[in-house]
Amino acid sequence: MINFQYVRANSIADAVNLIADDPAAKFVAGGTNLIDLMKMDVEQPTKLIDISRLALDKVEDTAEGGLRIGAMVRNSDLAYHPAVEARYPVLSSAIRAGASQQLRNMASTGGNLLQRTRCAYFYDIALPCNKRTPGSGCGALAGHNRMHAILGTSDACIAVFPSDMCVALALLEARVHVSGPNGARTIAFDAFHRLPGETPQRDNNLEPGEMIVAVELPSAGFASNYSYLKIRDRLSYAFALVSVGVGLEIADGRIKAARLALGGVAHKPWRDTRAEAALAGQAANEAVFRQAADIVLRDARGFGHNNFKIELARRAIIRALTQAANGTPQSQSNKKIA
Amino acid sequence: MPELRLSQAPAHVRHGSNIGQPLTRRDGILKVTGTARFAADNHLPGMLYAVIATSSIARGRVTFLDVEAAKHHPGIVDVMTPAHKPPLAVDPEAKTNPFAFRLDLLHSDRVRYANQPIAVVIAESLEAATQGAKLLAPRYEAEPARVGLDANESYVPPSVGLFNQAEVQHGDANAALAAAPMRIEATYETPAQYHNAMEPHGVVAAWDGDTLSLDMPTQGLVMTRARIAELFGIAPEHIHIRSPFLGGGFGSKGIAVGPQILGIMAARLVGRPVKLVLGREQMYGPVGHRSATRQTMRIGADRDGTLTAIAHHAKISTSTFDDFYEPAADASHPLYASPAIATSHEAVRLDIGTPLFMRAPGEATGSIVLESVLDEAAWACRMDPLAFRIKNYAEVEPMSGRPFSSKRLRECYAQGAQRFGWSQRPLAPRQMRDDAGLLVGWGMGTAIFPALMFEAQARAVLRSDGTGVVESGTHDMGQGAWTAFAQIAADSLGLDLEQIEFKAGTSDLPDAGIAGGSAHTATAGSAIQDAGAAVIAKLADLATRDQHSPLFGAGNAGVIARGGRLFRRDDETRSESYADILRRAGVNELEARGKGAIDPAAQANYAMYAHGAVFAEVKVDPELGQIRATRMVGAFAVGRIINPKLVRSQLFGGMIWGQSFALNEEAITDRRSGRIINANLAEYHIPVHADVGALDVITVDEHDPHVNALGIKGVGEIGVVGSAGAVANAVWHATGVRVRRFPIRIDDVLEG
Repeated sequence: MINFQYVRANSIADAVNLIADDPAAKFVAGGTNLIDLMKMDVEQPTKLIDISRLALDKVEDTAEGGLRIGAMVRNSDLAYHPAVEARYPVLSSAIRAGASQQLRNMASTGGNLLQRTRCAYFYDIALPCNKRTPGSGCGALAGHNRMHAILGTSDACIAVFPSDMCVALALLEARVHVSGPNGARTIAFDAFHRLPGETPQRDNNLEPGEMIVAVELPSAGFASNYSYLKIRDRLSYAFALVSVGVGLEIADGRIKAARLALGGVAHKPWRDTRAEAALAGQAANEAVFRQAADIVLRDARGFGHNNFKIELARRAIIRALTQAANGTPQSQSNKKIA
Repeated sequence: MPELRLSQAPAHVRHGSNIGQPLTRRDGILKVTGTARFAADNHLPGMLYAVIATSSIARGRVTFLDVEAAKHHPGIVDVMTPAHKPPLAVDPEAKTNPFAFRLDLLHSDRVRYANQPIAVVIAESLEAATQGAKLLAPRYEAEPARVGLDANESYVPPSVGLFNQAEVQHGDANAALAAAPMRIEATYETPAQYHNAMEPHGVVAAWDGDTLSLDMPTQGLVMTRARIAELFGIAPEHIHIRSPFLGGGFGSKGIAVGPQILGIMAARLVGRPVKLVLGREQMYGPVGHRSATRQTMRIGADRDGTLTAIAHHAKISTSTFDDFYEPAADASHPLYASPAIATSHEAVRLDIGTPLFMRAPGEATGSIVLESVLDEAAWACRMDPLAFRIKNYAEVEPMSGRPFSSKRLRECYAQGAQRFGWSQRPLAPRQMRDDAGLLVGWGMGTAIFPALMFEAQARAVLRSDGTGVVESGTHDMGQGAWTAFAQIAADSLGLDLEQIEFKAGTSDLPDAGIAGGSAHTATAGSAIQDAGAAVIAKLADLATRDQHSPLFGAGNAGVIARGGRLFRRDDETRSESYADILRRAGVNELEARGKGAIDPAAQANYAMYAHGAVFAEVKVDPELGQIRATRMVGAFAVGRIINPKLVRSQLFGGMIWGQSFALNEEAITDRRSGRIINANLAEYHIPVHADVGALDVITVDEHDPHVNALGIKGVGEIGVVGSAGAVANAVWHATGVRVRRFPIRIDDVLEG
């Protein structure tokens, strides 16, 4: 870790102005990822602009029947918020599947979207990584890649985006409200995170100087038929090998609408609208679920250690869809998979 | 068989009411309130902070360090490098004794493993020192790293573990295998594992001329002091080490590690007190680890399941510059009866830090393979795994033919099986499901660990007010040693716990040996017992010679010490308080010393081991492969139990460690760079609370008159042994998939 300045922003405008003055500065909220990255010299900001005290900690109903979540709402507060638990239980469940209680108590909603990959090659500055040092090569491609991506990869990067919460936000079609030097704008969730392509150093489509101020959920919450299933090497405090978020609308045994997103398999929360379309109008049964899974994974590709993820993802999709259809979502307290 | 002196209680002794009580640990409140002062909690006036710069390559040479850049950073006081460091009295490469491991003390520009210390930056603040270490921006001449068990030519090591022969044969295993109607051969792999004590290694060092004051965690105060004295060329008495608490050690704090010595060197260099504490990632290299192994077992049996041969071969690794050889195959020596047993080891030198003792060294790695292959053999014979083990029960130590000093393994099997419900286990795998459809499997393993003793001393004092002081420089690594030793000390003096003061954890106290080999309670406890008994004997001598004492003339009958009074053994109505005896004799303090050591005659005549049986249940999702350890029962016969609550905790901890071995732990090395890429507790997995199922520990009553006067066998490591294999075998029984590399993970079960 190198020396850095610390300043506290008093307002959104103040925060945006402060960062505009100093391109090497970073916003800090919960600090659960950034501080680690600074200790490991992966991030070397010259200035930290603390936005954690900004009044962005409200969860409010929107006129459209949705929910607007301030960027500073803590992950724990969001997971246990009555409106989220009642109307968007898949979001509550996904948050609770992530990290540890202590981390969730610190981590912010906006920060969760901006956490960086957990690829070991990204974290170790002695090893090559195109995301950290563009052009240095991908250490994982021919290295140890058991945790790595099977979808949407490029020759430059096979890292995965680690968030659980964002898998739920992806399937809920959340919108990300940002403020920046050019004013405010809204980004559809699917357009927020990027695939690595030739520019893996860019995780998302935020412009320089922009900050997340809120995440907005539309009204559809899939509260009756949902699940968030996370498969990992131990039952808590472990990143996903594969995770699946599902929301279904079911009437008379048939699927009216389906949402399906995966975590732990790609550089962004992986949503496949073709698989969702294939589910719509179908009876909720295993054959249909398998077909959807096959669509999601039709272009999946392993890199050696992570080949197993393709079959694991297929099975996890079928299981999560089954859990959602049966109204028996995965429990995050009793971690037994049902 | 002659009766042996040490096995007999001295004439003037009585085991009082403290030993055997489930007392809560005396350090508990301090620990949970954060007031226990660990080494790194010490802040001395004028103290500086030292941070180690470590190598990013695994093999080669440091060609440049930007010392000037570091020195220009505000707050940097000095930068210690191979070119600028205080002299040492001996070469750190010199093997002055078998425990003098070669340390990296900036004596050369060679890099021999990733994370090797290459410089130390000393500064006014931790932040400045940390940044100074970054500013060194080392340049290297790198050579290809040799990592992985096939990366170098192998050889037969000169010895394994502590002076064990690398190759041992009992009977003719090859001939027996050739003739065996049932033959099982399998190769298993275990990964490198790191101790990962919660408290990182560190030191706060302060020099005053040639006198050295140290706060540092160590499992062996006096050995550590001797090593430091040798390196700096000063008298051991001029070194004072305080190590009241350790946040775990597991073998990696047995003797001073290189980084601690570097902290002491740094203090010498700058002439001010220095604190140096390792970061978590820096613990993956210079402070030891458990070697990776590849083990091939061949087992021969008759069709009725009688073993005719065990051949156990282990390939292990050590560093390029020092020797520590994980004695994995030796796990096949003491447990199962077989007319032919052959064990052998081969080693490779790799560009890694030197491996070291790690909780159950050899036993843990060897046992998980032995127990797995034995399970394979039982299945091949279509026998219940427990029945198979009982069929091959060793009535005497298999290799030597010596009788066991005590062995209640049958009772462990019986009580553990009964508590677990083992009799309901279907023989074939993949037969059981729970209500949710998960595959259920039951496995078991046998636990064994030698009942070792090293050497220790203690001092006991009775004061004229009738209270006592007992001193021994013992080590509380978190296992509750302070409490157990105080219980022994109180009983040795016939006093209540509140009436004695027990002093431990500093190097000026009598040498308590090393807290290792599960032998600390037995060894230092024997010394304490001996010292207490000796001082009571002196007191009895005073009383029985004193015509004014009601105990006058009781010398032949003997006396009993209890509750601060001496009682005549044959007439308990005649007694006198310690205070009265001492006051009348005009004695202010009565002192005696005691020692604990193995009785060589007993050792020659008996094989001494603690035993146990562990039964484990796992549930496995049939489609997703997720493994959940749901239940474990361990039954252990470990001799006399000083404190049942602490023993239970130790055994629980060992059993969880075994589960961790089977399902979680693995250091992952990037093959091209030789760097460990999961050197942190987020990605080097051990079980979290959610992973630990129901645990149940049974301790089987066991009286062993031979191991030592107190009958203690030790519980520090045996919990690991057997548990790892039990969990692995349960995974097979649940799934029908025999995974032969550890840890067993989802992908192994899916692909199996």
